[in-house]
Amino acid sequence: MGRAWLPLLVFALLAAAPFAGLGEGYLLTILARAMIMGLAATSLWLLVGGAGLVSLGHAAMLGVGAYAVVALDDARVTEALVVAPVAMAAAAVFAVATGAVAVRTSGVHFIMITLAFGQMAFFTAASLAGYGGDDGYTLYGRNTLAGRRWLEDRLVFHYLCLGLLAAAVLGGRALLASRFGRVLRAARENPERVRAVGFSPAPYRLVAYAVAGGVAGLAGMLLANATEFVAPSFLAWQRSGDLLFMVILGGLGSLHGAVLGALAFVLLEEGLSHWTQHWRLVFGPLLVLAVLHLRGGLAGVPGQIARMVRRG
Amino acid sequence: MSFGLLLVQGLNGLQFGVLLFLVAAGLTLVFGVMDFINLAHGVQYMLGAYLGASLASLTGSFWGGLLLALPATLASGLVLEWLVFRHLYDRDHLSQVLATFGVILFLNEAVKLAWGTAPLQMAPPELLAGGITLLPGLQYPAYRLAILAAGLATAGLLWLLVERTRVGALVRAGATNAAMVAALGVDIRRLFMLVFGFGAMLAGFAGVMAAPILSVEPGMGDGVLILAFVVIVIGGIGSVRGAFVAALLVGLVESLGRSLLPDLLRLVMAASPARQAGAAIGSMLVYAVMALILAVRPRGLFPVRG
Repeated sequence: MGRAWLPLLVFALLAAAPFAGLGEGYLLTILARAMIMGLAATSLWLLVGGAGLVSLGHAAMLGVGAYAVVALDDARVTEALVVAPVAMAAAAVFAVATGAVAVRTSGVHFIMITLAFGQMAFFTAASLAGYGGDDGYTLYGRNTLAGRRWLEDRLVFHYLCLGLLAAAVLGGRALLASRFGRVLRAARENPERVRAVGFSPAPYRLVAYAVAGGVAGLAGMLLANATEFVAPSFLAWQRSGDLLFMVILGGLGSLHGAVLGALAFVLLEEGLSHWTQHWRLVFGPLLVLAVLHLRGGLAGVPGQIARMVRRG
Repeated sequence: MSFGLLLVQGLNGLQFGVLLFLVAAGLTLVFGVMDFINLAHGVQYMLGAYLGASLASLTGSFWGGLLLALPATLASGLVLEWLVFRHLYDRDHLSQVLATFGVILFLNEAVKLAWGTAPLQMAPPELLAGGITLLPGLQYPAYRLAILAAGLATAGLLWLLVERTRVGALVRAGATNAAMVAALGVDIRRLFMLVFGFGAMLAGFAGVMAAPILSVEPGMGDGVLILAFVVIVIGGIGSVRGAFVAALLVGLVESLGRSLLPDLLRLVMAASPARQAGAAIGSMLVYAVMALILAVRPRGLFPVRG
């Protein structure tokens, strides 16, 4: 149990949030957004922490999922049981198409080529005049679930996001523990040795890239429903930087770090922007300080404290 | 599509290319010598434009703004190096990307706080305010030609500095094997600082020169930064020559793609969708070129051995 108490505590707090006097609506809206970003950050963690692939274009996957909602909304298809699989498939297909080129590179070049594909997706979204172009697209309404307007209920949406986030974290763990995940992690540490024992890392990385893309597409579908609005700014490279920051802030040591990082990021952003319009003036230096001094991320903090206590 | 329009767009592309080169040169040297990804390099360009514009209105002359902005951007680069970047040299690329991303957030917001969100204007020098007749009936702004000339001259000086001086030899040696240079008794930290400050000043110079033809606004460095990264990746990281060739290529592709594609597509499509599709494809053409070059030559056009 030792290592599991922190994620369990976080999920328990999230589950209890609607009943802890926080049901005033606005905070639930923020928490939903935090959990959706947590889902996207979890998928990015699979790439960065699991496969060692630092993508600076992950917001594009989210954006493809969100624009799938837009395209279907425009065609009057609003059933979530149809929209969600389509959004995931669209993002996964985009991931396979771009990943086929990207996984051939590594290190800095991988960062740059994912950034390039992200920018291509951004400019494509900005040119979709039928879906509002630069100005974005306002949905007619949230998707229906099994024909009912359940997603408009704050509580249902809250627990839906929580359930999907928990499923993604558990699924990601199972994936990394599987034979597939072991090859992926081994290729992160030493690709030459992996090749020497007869595995080619590229197909494994491509599958991981597609899976991460699909999960990010689901996050995009949820985000579109949460805001009932989709704009090209969802795909801007700064959003990819935000996602990467959530992953690092949480810590690369464990998968639930992505959830911690996303929660901390969104809550900090909301808190600071309430306090001052120029919140980035505080947020930027905090980011620098976190990188310089919080090396294990938030998920590593309990371990650090435990060590300090033991040393006395 | 007349020859005159092609000429104007070609010149615009080259002029954008030399501006990109001035930003990319510092980026590729810092990256090559220190193995350091500096996302905050774009804000140096923005700072250059802001300082140039406000110092020009303070002194009442473009030249005053230019001459004062150069040491100011040099100083800002050195301060940032001292405060943040030197603590990141021995960290992984991921940490560098994130910490410099934080610096971008801070400086973009600081600029908003100091100068407001409304775009600033800067007048070109009176000497270069007019136009030059390229062809009969075709005028081109003299100032834009001056940018092209100044950019090419700076590129030439930079080549002399890197290829023909002792400091340049140290910089090239540092790009190939920094540990060996340090072992030979060179103060590599001071070399790093020098390269850093110089790179920041070059980006600031590009910003001042761009200020009269672009609107000076918060976040103006971000787009340039991404393109400068495309440039150094296409050119081969650490190679100044590669950055020059790639910057001109990217400038031309960007400018010609955006202006010609809508017209080309009109040959096969209706006017309105052709304009939209042309604009979209024109914007992403640079990235497609980069993906193509990386797929064929993963280390760029002029890889630095080492």
